[in-house]
Amino acid sequence: MSIKLNTRQVGDVSVMDVAGRITLGEGSSALRDALRDMVSKSQKKILLNLGEVSYIDSSGIGELVSGFTTVTNSGGQLKLLNLNKRVKDLLQITKLYTVFDVHEDEAGAVRSFS
Amino acid sequence: MENQHHVPETVERFLESTLESVDNAEELAVGMAQRAGFDEDDLMKIGMAVRESMVNAVVHGNRYNATKKVRFSVASNSQRFTIQIADQGEGFRFEDVPDPLAPENIMRTSGRGIFLIRSFMDEFQMRHLEPHGTEVTLVKYTVSK
Repeated sequence: MSIKLNTRQVGDVSVMDVAGRITLGEGSSALRDALRDMVSKSQKKILLNLGEVSYIDSSGIGELVSGFTTVTNSGGQLKLLNLNKRVKDLLQITKLYTVFDVHEDEAGAVRSFS
Repeated sequence: MENQHHVPETVERFLESTLESVDNAEELAVGMAQRAGFDEDDLMKIGMAVRESMVNAVVHGNRYNATKKVRFSVASNSQRFTIQIADQGEGFRFEDVPDPLAPENIMRTSGRGIFLIRSFMDEFQMRHLEPHGTEVTLVKYTVSK
């Protein structure tokens, strides 16, 4: 399976459910396009739910960093939800885990947006 | 891991410089690693190291050039699982790859591939080929040391 993206609104927070593989090519470009689309629509509170992400490569990690920078530079916040062990391990060894605001519970994550 | 009944296996392929080749190489290596008895965690590490190395060969080495191939080989025996990936690109200086963990590089959107390969494999070597090209050798120990 490649990547599947679904966006929903929880209050004023835009939650994007990501499923499948975020790898170089279709997966990473789809995520990049979707995040840029949200920013262009002035969505400032974005929660990426990565619970169903089965695989992420260095290109996918780069897209998360790029998305974080894009959203932050537009005055918004991007947070991560439901990291599985693989994604969490990757963010830890690349020292990115502490860069992102990571949550394990959607309700708590939604509340955390100021 | 301990694998007393390992059957040695070797494959070599000459692959097109496409992202489809990246997927094919990863699938082939993970299949062989599975038969060699590696656990789920090691399979993920081997698969990802192969993917990152293949992306380097296809994208940065051969630059998707249809006239250039990637030589991909895997050799599995009772002690070592060895993968070699060689492109026909112009090559690069390993010293020029910035440290992705340096504070000034943490937020870069690329440059983590080789770091991940080295993190996931027991050995990593790179050499320049004549007249051009880069070959990387990745090793995962089959028997625990």
